[in-house]
Amino acid sequence: MIAALFFYLFAGICIASAVMVIASKNPVHSVLFLILAFVNAAGLFVLLGAEFLAMILIVVYVGAVAVLFLFVVMMLDVDFAELRQGFQQYLPVGALVGFVMLAELLMVVGGWAINPNVIKASPIPPIAQVSNTEALGLVLYTKYIYFFQAAGLVLLVAMIGAIVLTLHHRARVRRQSIAEQVARTPATAIEIKQVRPGQGLSENPS
Amino acid sequence: MAEIFTTYIWPVLIILAQSVMLLVILLVAIAYILLADRKIWAAVQIRRGPNVVGPWGLFQSFADLLKFMLKEPVIPAGANKGIFLLAPLVSTTLALAAWAVMPVSAGWVIANINVGILYIFAISSLSVYGIIMGGWASNSKYPFLSALRSAAQMVSYEVSIGFVIITVLLCAGSLNLTAIVEAQNSPYGLLGWYWLPLFPMFVIFYISALAETNRPPFDLVEAESELVAGFMVEYGSSPYMMFMLGEYVAIATMCAMATILFLGGWLPPVPYAPFTWVPGVVWFTLKALFMFFLFAMAKAIVPRYRYDQLMRLGWKVFLPLSLAMVVIVAGVLQYGHLAWK
Repeated sequence: MIAALFFYLFAGICIASAVMVIASKNPVHSVLFLILAFVNAAGLFVLLGAEFLAMILIVVYVGAVAVLFLFVVMMLDVDFAELRQGFQQYLPVGALVGFVMLAELLMVVGGWAINPNVIKASPIPPIAQVSNTEALGLVLYTKYIYFFQAAGLVLLVAMIGAIVLTLHHRARVRRQSIAEQVARTPATAIEIKQVRPGQGLSENPS
Repeated sequence: MAEIFTTYIWPVLIILAQSVMLLVILLVAIAYILLADRKIWAAVQIRRGPNVVGPWGLFQSFADLLKFMLKEPVIPAGANKGIFLLAPLVSTTLALAAWAVMPVSAGWVIANINVGILYIFAISSLSVYGIIMGGWASNSKYPFLSALRSAAQMVSYEVSIGFVIITVLLCAGSLNLTAIVEAQNSPYGLLGWYWLPLFPMFVIFYISALAETNRPPFDLVEAESELVAGFMVEYGSSPYMMFMLGEYVAIATMCAMATILFLGGWLPPVPYAPFTWVPGVVWFTLKALFMFFLFAMAKAIVPRYRYDQLMRLGWKVFLPLSLAMVVIVAGVLQYGHLAWK
């Protein structure tokens, strides 16, 4: 009973905040509602017994990705009225994407409802014996090791690509070399000169 | 009816009572570590520090609390009112929420969950929102600049804290905080805790925790010489107090985390007779206070970093170091037994 109550609470807030993401006028409010939706989705994961996924969802999406969203949205002066003018124009594309996603969801849930044995194709270890994190680790690093490595490789390529695209060495930029500064000694940094009275130092140091 | 009471209502009442007890003790402790912070800072500079309210100034924090609560909260006309008031609430609530999984002694924990350490990591990664929301909603230049700085700073240092946590998890073999402390239990006492074998990680964790909680020398968020007071410029009275409270609770959380991960939690330093009679919570508190003393000393004696130096330290020094340590620790754990032969 309690689980059902919390399910409807989390699911209700999740859907309501997802609607508010689209509906709210201020883009920063949209991102904040998106964060609320993420947090509630994490709550749903906890109810399913997938506590590891719930925490990773919060760490990765809320703690890192949404911060970047918020950064961009706050820095750019997004004019939503202008964006909304193209609403009618893009409606068919949006409807198509929505329809495809709905059809896919129906296929997944429908297949499960018709043939419940589908889910048993890859057996899930009982929760009482193996904790959630351990169960994930056991399949991720054995059965799916190549997929895992491939995913890591894709991320690495994306990271290198982003660095290559944004890095450009400009000439005549003075950079701080900390190792050089730390390695300085009085012998290399200080020069002692004898200054005779009334003559001073010559303009050009020899 | 009686069944509903025993299965639902009674457990909820117990959890509520535990939470209230923890909150009250934690908040009183916060009031005194705040005072201790000021006293230590004063002692380093050969001043007296707060010494007027109560004997030796012991009631100073409560006087401050009253002052903040009785002042009028001012909300700037251009501010985004809802988010402006939400921001301090978010930062305080999140900081307090982390304590739900903190084991202060054997079995003394409100929620002994399997992914305890990930929960704390997740909660502390959320704490950046309080600052960003406050900075943006103030609708003013300095708070906004400060919010951007702090977001970049906290996200950067979270990465190295994550890797430090991973090395500890590899050694302990569990994500449960109680199990991590139990894994450090050995006949060698304090030499068996993780601070010794993982000493570089302990140092990185300490410095990253300073950066993560925006403590000096990494308090660029409120660098008063450049940004007046950072994201808190427009705040006053109770909302400001909630930011301060959130900050100090986050510091206490980091001290408790360091205690659990590296200093053996509630375990006595010498696992023999007179030391094992002392209750675990006393050891836990002493260790957490020792960590806080280190935090306070860093505030008193180290000058503030420049922003680019801070970023360099996070990304170019700590990240490669902690990444290398993850590989080394994993390698030693996997193949170390071959070397012993």
